[in-house]
Amino acid sequence: MSMMPYVSPEQLMKDRADYARKGISRGKSVAAVRYREGLLFVAENPSATLHKVSEIYDRIAFAAVGKYNEFELLRRQGIRLADVTGYQYAREDVTGRSLANAYATALGSAFTESQKPFEVELLVAEVTDDDVEVYHILYDGSIADEEGYVAIGGSAEAVQSELAERYDDDLDRDGALGVAHAALSDGDGRSLEAANLEVAGLDRTRGRRKFFRMATDEVAAALEPLTP
Amino acid sequence: MTQAAGPDPFDATGASFSATLRATAPEALEGRFQGPVPDHVDGTTVLAVTYDGGVVMAGDRRATAGNVISKRDMRKVFPADAWSAVAVSGAAGPSMELAKVFATELEHYEKVEGSPLSLEGKANKLAQMVRANLPMAMQGLVVVPLFAGYDLREHASRIYEYDGVGGRYEERRFATTGSGGRDARGSLKARYVDGLEADEAIDVAIHALWDAADEDAATGGPDVVRGIFPLVAVIDRDGYRELDGELVADRVDAVVSSRRL
Repeated sequence: MSMMPYVSPEQLMKDRADYARKGISRGKSVAAVRYREGLLFVAENPSATLHKVSEIYDRIAFAAVGKYNEFELLRRQGIRLADVTGYQYAREDVTGRSLANAYATALGSAFTESQKPFEVELLVAEVTDDDVEVYHILYDGSIADEEGYVAIGGSAEAVQSELAERYDDDLDRDGALGVAHAALSDGDGRSLEAANLEVAGLDRTRGRRKFFRMATDEVAAALEPLTP
Repeated sequence: MTQAAGPDPFDATGASFSATLRATAPEALEGRFQGPVPDHVDGTTVLAVTYDGGVVMAGDRRATAGNVISKRDMRKVFPADAWSAVAVSGAAGPSMELAKVFATELEHYEKVEGSPLSLEGKANKLAQMVRANLPMAMQGLVVVPLFAGYDLREHASRIYEYDGVGGRYEERRFATTGSGGRDARGSLKARYVDGLEADEAIDVAIHALWDAADEDAATGGPDVVRGIFPLVAVIDRDGYRELDGELVADRVDAVVSSRRL
C-alpha cells in the first residue's frame, strides 16, 4: 500500500493558489471601464469568435481570463442559471449579485475540494438605471466589488495602475475605449491593434437587452482620433 | 476528485432552454393532469401576410371562456426574437406560456452558442414544443401557433403554420389560425396579390381580421368605445416592430370606411 506524504493544509492551499495564478498570468488581460451610459469591457483577444466577454442576461455581462474551456463552462452555466431564474420568477429578479455569488461558490469549492483549481478570473457586471455593479471573482472563490475600473489577467497589476492614472468618472463610450486601450497597451509595453481587441459592454440606454459588441471597424474608427 | 462536473459537452440539447428547465427545475413544468379540463380561456384569430420585403403579423384582442368575453385587450402576437414573431391561438394559458418559453429558448440558444438559430431552426423548435403539448391537446387544451420571421441569410420573409399535433407547414403568401381563421383566410384569398407593399399588406390584414370578427363570435372587432384595436407587427430586414396604436386606429378607420354600405 502506497503512503501519501504528509502535506500541511497551508502548503496545499498555497500550491494550488500558485498553480492557478501561474495559469492566469500566462493569459492576456481584460479591462473594464465605467462610462456615462454603462460599462465597457476591452479584452486583448486575437480571435473574433472565441469570446472572453459575453452576454448573460438583460442587464448582466460576463468577462473572463485564463483557461478558455474552464471559463466557457462557467459562462454557459451562468446563462442557464439566469434564464431559469428569470423564467421561474421575473426578469428583474435575475441579479448580478446572485450570479457572482454562484460563481464564487463554484470556484471556492473547486479550489478546496478538487485536484485542480479553476485557472480563471471572472468579472460579472450589472448595469442598473443609475449605477454599474462590477464583481471580481478570483480562482479561489474570493469576491470583491469594484468601482469605476478594473483589470484582470496576465498583466492585471500594471494595467490596473495605468487605468488609475487615466480614468475619470465622466467618460463617454469612446473615451472609455481610449482609456482601456491605452492602459492595456502601456501595461504590456506595446501598442494593440483594433483587430486584436474584443470590445463589448452594457449600455443602459439600449432596450431590454443592454449588452452590445463593437465591430473591429467601429473600434478602429473610435481609436483613430486618439492615436497619434 | 474531479473539478465541478459540468454538462456533457456532446449533449445536443446543451443549448436548449426547455431541456435545461426540465433538468434543473422540473417542478416549473408540472401541471399535467388527467380528467375533465377545467374552465379556461381561449384566444382566437391571428394571421400573417407576406409582402415585398417583409411580413405582417396581426391578431384580434378578444379572449373567451365559453360564451363569456373574458378579456378584451389580450395580446396574441409576441416578438420571438429581434427578427421573428410568434402568434398564438387556442387555450390562452398554455398559448402564452408557449410564446414565453419559445422566446426564452431562442435567446438562450443565441447567448450560449454566440449566434442566433436559423429561421428554419426556430420554426422546427416551435414544432417540437407544440408536439410536446400533445397530451394537453388530447384533453382539449389545444395550442396552435403561427410563426413568421425575416430570414437574414436568404433575405426573405417566411411564414410557418402549425397544427395541434406539431405538424409544421411553410406558407409562401399568408396563413391564419384560430376560431376565426377560416373566415380570415377567405378574406385574404380574395384580397392578397403578389408584390404587396407594407402598407397594403397591413390593410389586407385588417380587412381579414374584420371579416373574421364579422363571422366568428369569439373574434373581437375594433373596440372604438375603449380604443382597443388589433395588434399589428411588421418584421423586415430591420427586425420586429409593433405598429403604434394610433396608426392602427387610423388604418382600421380607413378600412371600415371603405366597407361602409
